[in-house]
Amino acid sequence: MSADTDHDHHGLHGGDAHHHGSMKSYVIGFLLSVVLTALPFWLVMSGTLDRQATAFAIVAFAIAQIIVHMIFFLHMDTRSEGGWNMMALIFTLVLVVIALTGSIWVMYHLNNNMMPMSVHDMSQMP
Amino acid sequence: MFDPAFSTSPLLGRLSLQALPLHEPILVATFAAVALGGIALLGAISYFRLWSYLWREWFTTVDHKRIGIMYMILGLVMLLRGFADAIMMRLQQAMAFNGSEGYLTAHHYDQIFTAHGVIMIFFVAMPLVTGLMNYVVPLQIGARDVSFPFLNNFSFWMTVSGALLVMASLFVGEFARTGWLAYPPLSGLAYSPDPGVDYYIWALQIAGVGTTLSGINLIATIVKMRAPGMTMMKMPVFTWTSLCTNVLIVASFPVLTAVLALLSLDRYAGTNFFTNDLGGNPMMYVNLIWIWGHPEVYILILPLFGVFSEVTSTFSGKRLFGYTSMVYATVVITILSYLVWLHHFFTMGSGASVNSFFGITTMVISIPTGAKLFNWLFTIYRGRVRFELPMMWTVAFMLTFVVGGMTGVLLAVPPADFVLHNSLFLIAHFHNVIIGGVLFGLFAAINYWFPKAFGFRLDPFWGKVSFWFWVVGFWLAFMPLYILGLMGVTRRMRVFDDPSLQIWFVIAGIGAFVIALGIAAMLVQFYVSFRKREALRDVSGDPWDGRTLEWSTSSPPPDYNFAFTPVVHDLDSWYDMKRRGYSRPADSFRAIHMPKNTGAGVILAGLSLICGFALVWYIWWLAAISFIGILATAIGHTFNYRRDYHIPAETVRVTEAARTRQLATGA
Amino acid sequence: MSAHAMTTNAGEPVRFFDLEEHDHPEGSSTMLGFWIYLMSDCLIFAILFACYAVLGGNYAAGPSPHDLFELPLVALNTSMLLLSSITYGFAMLSMQKDRVGATQAWLAVTGLFGLAFLSIELYEFAHLIHEGATPQRSGFLSAFFTLVGTHGLHVTFGTIWLVTLMVQVARRGLIPANRRRLMCLSLFWHFLDVIWIGVFTFVYLMGMLR
Repeated sequence: MSADTDHDHHGLHGGDAHHHGSMKSYVIGFLLSVVLTALPFWLVMSGTLDRQATAFAIVAFAIAQIIVHMIFFLHMDTRSEGGWNMMALIFTLVLVVIALTGSIWVMYHLNNNMMPMSVHDMSQMP
Repeated sequence: MFDPAFSTSPLLGRLSLQALPLHEPILVATFAAVALGGIALLGAISYFRLWSYLWREWFTTVDHKRIGIMYMILGLVMLLRGFADAIMMRLQQAMAFNGSEGYLTAHHYDQIFTAHGVIMIFFVAMPLVTGLMNYVVPLQIGARDVSFPFLNNFSFWMTVSGALLVMASLFVGEFARTGWLAYPPLSGLAYSPDPGVDYYIWALQIAGVGTTLSGINLIATIVKMRAPGMTMMKMPVFTWTSLCTNVLIVASFPVLTAVLALLSLDRYAGTNFFTNDLGGNPMMYVNLIWIWGHPEVYILILPLFGVFSEVTSTFSGKRLFGYTSMVYATVVITILSYLVWLHHFFTMGSGASVNSFFGITTMVISIPTGAKLFNWLFTIYRGRVRFELPMMWTVAFMLTFVVGGMTGVLLAVPPADFVLHNSLFLIAHFHNVIIGGVLFGLFAAINYWFPKAFGFRLDPFWGKVSFWFWVVGFWLAFMPLYILGLMGVTRRMRVFDDPSLQIWFVIAGIGAFVIALGIAAMLVQFYVSFRKREALRDVSGDPWDGRTLEWSTSSPPPDYNFAFTPVVHDLDSWYDMKRRGYSRPADSFRAIHMPKNTGAGVILAGLSLICGFALVWYIWWLAAISFIGILATAIGHTFNYRRDYHIPAETVRVTEAARTRQLATGA
Repeated sequence: MSAHAMTTNAGEPVRFFDLEEHDHPEGSSTMLGFWIYLMSDCLIFAILFACYAVLGGNYAAGPSPHDLFELPLVALNTSMLLLSSITYGFAMLSMQKDRVGATQAWLAVTGLFGLAFLSIELYEFAHLIHEGATPQRSGFLSAFFTLVGTHGLHVTFGTIWLVTLMVQVARRGLIPANRRRLMCLSLFWHFLDVIWIGVFTFVYLMGMLR
């Protein structure tokens, strides 16, 4: 009977192999996520490292956890939808980076070049 | 004049009789004309008992061909409205010298230039381009429809709702007076408390949903629904440019959605994103809106670059020169279009390092465009060129667009831009590329694919009349603006005090009038072609000796497009089929699986229109009810699992047999 | 008349029509289309993050993250969402095994975790507003409420969608159309957890480091 079910699956998906998780992969993903969440929270709440090191660490943990989610929960790989899913993701990420870094860079410069608002601001000028 | 201290009532929000512009004679006259025309049209439809036909065959259709045609009709109708705004501006600017204030108040004039831009970009260019891609792409890739036919219908009606909301602002309340991008703080609640900016926001948000979904639809279609054998590098160039355009749409419209949402939060909830105080930063709006705005202009032009590739190839009787480099150029333009946006606000003060970076990227992006132009020239070179209308428009594009492109590169130099930003030079530049590129391309496309859609060609004589009026009119209308811009004249001015400038505005006004004749000639062309359709009939389905798959179908194609999906072996697959002597299958037809029509799209868009109108006028109860209605309808629609039917094999056999006979007699 | 004409080099007839065609299976575009929609949603969040990055330091002499954020509450919220992600995963595993009852049960648990997340978030927002830290108070707070609130709105819509799907599965079982829809919601749900990683890192944790 399970063979029938498997056959049904492939018919349902129209020949395009969909990548399903397994119990193992979901649990591994979950445990990794728990660790990658608990660590940054602990780092910030305990103040163990200095501010800059903590900032780097929590960003690194965030990126790692996002990758964990992509692999173990979203089943991202280079094969799904003939590679189009991965290409769409990479393209989106590139644009997100451009929009974020571009905006921060541009706005920083714009803000810096704006006229001082008060005597206090004026005294900060070089 | 809108009284900012308008009263609100629980029932009608801030809507009251005061919202009707009864004191503005121009608007009263316009309303009278629209009302009379509208009653006549509705009356005619009722008299000829066409309502159920229209509902069944057009409004509820999920057929990409009919949706494409409806988009084109929307775009052409809105062209008349947007152009009326243009004529009014040209008239005002030609008159307002030597102490004359012209005939338009500042209050009115500011709405006209805002509406002109919004309508032309969002409700003329976008629908025309979307309609074109919708009609042509599935046929070019050998598919029967797009990936998500219902979504297609829904997208169309959302665009219509957006257009209706803008049109409503003419007669109920007023429109924004901020320019087409509605920069804060002017567009914030403090400086524009009237409903104008709200009309702007909701019209664009509603239409934006439609556009984004349409983008997703066409990407999925091109990726998933190509005929067997059509690899990516065997796709027609128009399909490639459509793919890149829709990638741009999906990757830029969310930015517009987010920014307008933030502006609406400032206006409705009192947040401080773009306010002058409490930590807001209006410059962030400018930054974000242009992150959308620059890809938007590439969304407008890329499909037309694809059209020019198809047209030069077909009417030179030659394969397109440099297919691979065309594809690469298109993809490079797509990616680079995200790296240039700051050139729209060099003067906002980001400084030399930032300005230099974006100035350089802007100049770089002109290179792939230049490569395309050379490829078109090399395609034409040594071809047997036929100067049918599509080819005429293409040549006009080449000569006109190049000038606009060059002035763009000029503006890309930040120090030059400091002199020319927001001058008439800028206005001349972008009209040069939009009219010379987008509009001339659309006219080429319309003349090229009209026979496919309707079964008869457009009348060449009136087409040529329209062509010459447009080309001469464009140059007359916009070359003076380059001169005026170089002399320092600012955009969006209503009154001038330097009489030596007037002659240029008069010439520009004459140019606008000549363009008006061009538009009129185009309308005459449609009418005459319809009357003479038997003489102009296209029996073969391939009036231009085309090279791509859409020309293998009848004109117009059957509902199902292809009885059998074509198998593709080479680029220019129809040309390949003709060359190798294909023969049409005469039997073994199968039943064809088709999606059903549905009214859900019309209803959802109608509710969105009501919701938008209610939000504009602060009629909260109506906004809430219509929003819940939208949710309920959308969820209810998902409970409908029976959305398809089959065209019987016998019907297909009969249709195909008729086509075989038609081909035999036509040949 | 056949649909074949010239022959290829190997002597086979050249096919120009697919006479044996298999229709594109219904719903074959759905997963790709939904994924592309998710990418567009990603961009909306990117803009909201950009606004938070630019305006997030504009306290306008009002409360700052230090004054407002309670990390233990955020940690609790995060765990609700993370748990909901794995319970949705269990729902999908049950779906693959054709077990309707188990699927529905795990979906229900997911929905409860989602509601828990939303309740905690609403409580947090109410508390902030009560303290005077309203969205209107400063650019920082406008950006904060909008970014976190938009995520919350997405979770709300996801929960409504989840309930709708539970009704549809109850009525029609795990037919192909419902499976596709459950897979789309799966993508949506996990994607919301990914966005939340960005939120708790860049808004809450970074906020306490400023």
